Amino acid sequence: MQKHNTPMLDELENGPWPSFISGFKRLRDQHPEQRINEVSNDLLGQLEHSYETRKGYWKGGTVSVYGYGGGIIPRFSEVGKAFPKSKEFHTLRVQPPAGNYYTSDILRQMADSWEKYGSGLVTFHGQTGNIMFIGANTENTQHFFDEINDYGFDLGGAGPCVRTAMSCVGAARCEQSCTNEHKIQRLLVNNFTDDVHRPALPYKFKFKVSGCPNDCMNAIERADFAVIGTWRDDMKVNQDEVKAFVSAKGRQYVVDNVITRCPTNALSLNDDDTLNVDNRNCVRCMHCLNVMTKALSPGDDKGISILIGGKRTLKIGDLMGTVVIPFMKLETEEDDDKLVELAEEVIDFFAENALEHERTGEMIERIGLVNFLEGIGVDVDPNMVGSPRQCSYVRMDGFEDAAKEWFDNQAEKAAG
Amino acid sequence: MAKDMREPIETGCPDGFQYMHPTMRKNFGLWDYHEHPRPGVLVHVAKNGDKVWTVKAGTQRILDVFTLRLLCDIADQYADGYVRFTIRSNIEYMITDEAKVQPLIDALEKAGFIVGGTANSVSMISHTQGWLHCDIPGTDASGVVKAMMDELIEEFKNCNMPNRVHITTSCCQINCGGQGDIAINVQHTKPPKIKHDLVANVCERPSVVARCPVAAIRPAMVNGKPSLEVDEKKCICCGACYPPCPPMQINDPEHTKLAIWVGGNHSNARSKPSFQKLVAAGIPNNPPRWPEATAIVKKILAVYKEDARDWERINDWIERIGWPRFFELTELPFTKYHIDNWTGSRKSLNASTYIRF
Repeated sequence: MQKHNTPMLDELENGPWPSFISGFKRLRDQHPEQRINEVSNDLLGQLEHSYETRKGYWKGGTVSVYGYGGGIIPRFSEVGKAFPKSKEFHTLRVQPPAGNYYTSDILRQMADSWEKYGSGLVTFHGQTGNIMFIGANTENTQHFFDEINDYGFDLGGAGPCVRTAMSCVGAARCEQSCTNEHKIQRLLVNNFTDDVHRPALPYKFKFKVSGCPNDCMNAIERADFAVIGTWRDDMKVNQDEVKAFVSAKGRQYVVDNVITRCPTNALSLNDDDTLNVDNRNCVRCMHCLNVMTKALSPGDDKGISILIGGKRTLKIGDLMGTVVIPFMKLETEEDDDKLVELAEEVIDFFAENALEHERTGEMIERIGLVNFLEGIGVDVDPNMVGSPRQCSYVRMDGFEDAAKEWFDNQAEKAAG
Repeated sequence: MAKDMREPIETGCPDGFQYMHPTMRKNFGLWDYHEHPRPGVLVHVAKNGDKVWTVKAGTQRILDVFTLRLLCDIADQYADGYVRFTIRSNIEYMITDEAKVQPLIDALEKAGFIVGGTANSVSMISHTQGWLHCDIPGTDASGVVKAMMDELIEEFKNCNMPNRVHITTSCCQINCGGQGDIAINVQHTKPPKIKHDLVANVCERPSVVARCPVAAIRPAMVNGKPSLEVDEKKCICCGACYPPCPPMQINDPEHTKLAIWVGGNHSNARSKPSFQKLVAAGIPNNPPRWPEATAIVKKILAVYKEDARDWERINDWIERIGWPRFFELTELPFTKYHIDNWTGSRKSLNASTYIRF
């Protein structure tokens, strides 16, 4: 094997941060299997060529496993003649366990399977949340999938389909968790396995679940369907711990970093160093709970908020998700069914009404939130808006009927 | 042949419970509070008094199987064989014996991993695939991140920032890297160069026309062949036409630049989630170590560290001091390109007399 010279990549072996290039070279120089040595060598060669010319040399194509239409990112080299051993270098997107937990045993089992069929390179995880097994040729994608599928792993989404979902560390290790994030993730995404594996939607559709409004999964900014844990009763205050915190940090620190940072001025520090909370005006932003983790906790009446329509730049610019369900409980099987039914309504409406390559948020931007809500059968709620309409140029001859509907709905809710 | 093929088992997302540390399973939903004894380490305390120490470490993200097995060996030796990965691809070890914390840290550091990334540190840069695997990248991802983390490593290992700093990179303007306190993203500066000979064979022309955000692409006959043409006065050089039609060559060794954006924040804490805003552009895409981009990131971080108050994320800090002061302190030029003209842009203008002197 003639090793490619990689003077530019070699520069990335300098410095204290772990070097991915050194890892590629280990596979080239130390791995017992010649196939992996050669693949790594040509991959290094092509990457060096990219560094020299400042251009990428991969093109897409169509590769999937038997029975599925997606889940693999096909890559064929445009410079495969010069780097033949890595000329087919597909990524398998594999769904991680909810919450991204692993034992060393399962990781080793994956490594064993992967070096049988692939390049030996893997990432935990890609930006959508998949385990990325980077670098298999077309034939081996099937063999690798068959092997890991037998021990419980399945492909994620690629293309216009329901994508692999993500949830935070959640109730497994976080006191701020207001729901069972992993259960929600699996309830939602596993209800749509057909839509994950056989891309047939207008464009991608992502679920992300964060257990509290800190939103560690970036769900509001990145998910078409963001589920965020929250609570609606009073936050819990351990006044002894508040006093201990004030005593340890000083009053000025508490005023500057807790009291005045509340976005709705819902906090005040009493003269005896206890905390007063205006819970009716607390918006569950999480700041004070983040600072005083021992003293403050979410309340007991927990549930979720759902925001729809977050996405990145292409094509009309970044969009945040919008509140569509301000609060719902998730305690009973009926509650779980309601959540899944809502997701089905949203995806059905999206499938029927979005234009090709249009995300849910863009569709809502085009048709207006009210049309979307009517399509999925959800009533309007003032929690859905930052402010009501500002411009008077709108036809309102149905206003009286809508007002009556509002009062009827309120009465219905009050009656339970 | 199909009858010989194995039918897939459509199990979807596996249950994480089977791979979870037993103490976390036992205390699922029963945690009381957490503390941060030192950078890179968190201790979570359950209502029954059980404790879990989490040690977080940065890696090269693209792991070779040797490195993956090394991480597993460390898990077996020091952490009961359980790990998890964070959204920023850091590895976390969970242990119940405080006496094992320091030996675990020592083992990770001896193996070349970097312990840190918790609380008010600069965490691992979240990134995309770049030249290594993407079909449309304007730059590399892993290389940019490696070069930058070499320079920011002390900020990863220590907690000296006013609040946490999330950095992201993206190799095209679709921005798969997402929102960050600081984002380093590709910014194309010239319209695509069209390989007219290939368009008819490779591209579905109506969907390419439909993909353009500013309707600058139309079908055209070029040299007697069906192709596409771009109104270069309208073109915003976003590259959206390139994925569905590779002959619309947007990547250019010289004119594909980097831009830096700040103030993206996913959390609801203190203020609603925010999108990042442009602060610097025209930065050369300069492999293998991208020093120009790193220098600007370091400058922004230095000013933030010096000027922001405790708990202020970058967006909170700029909200307080105002954008003019941000540009003054960072010594970055403010240009006409910083004034938005996209849909809804008037909301970004200052419609008040709120002016700091």
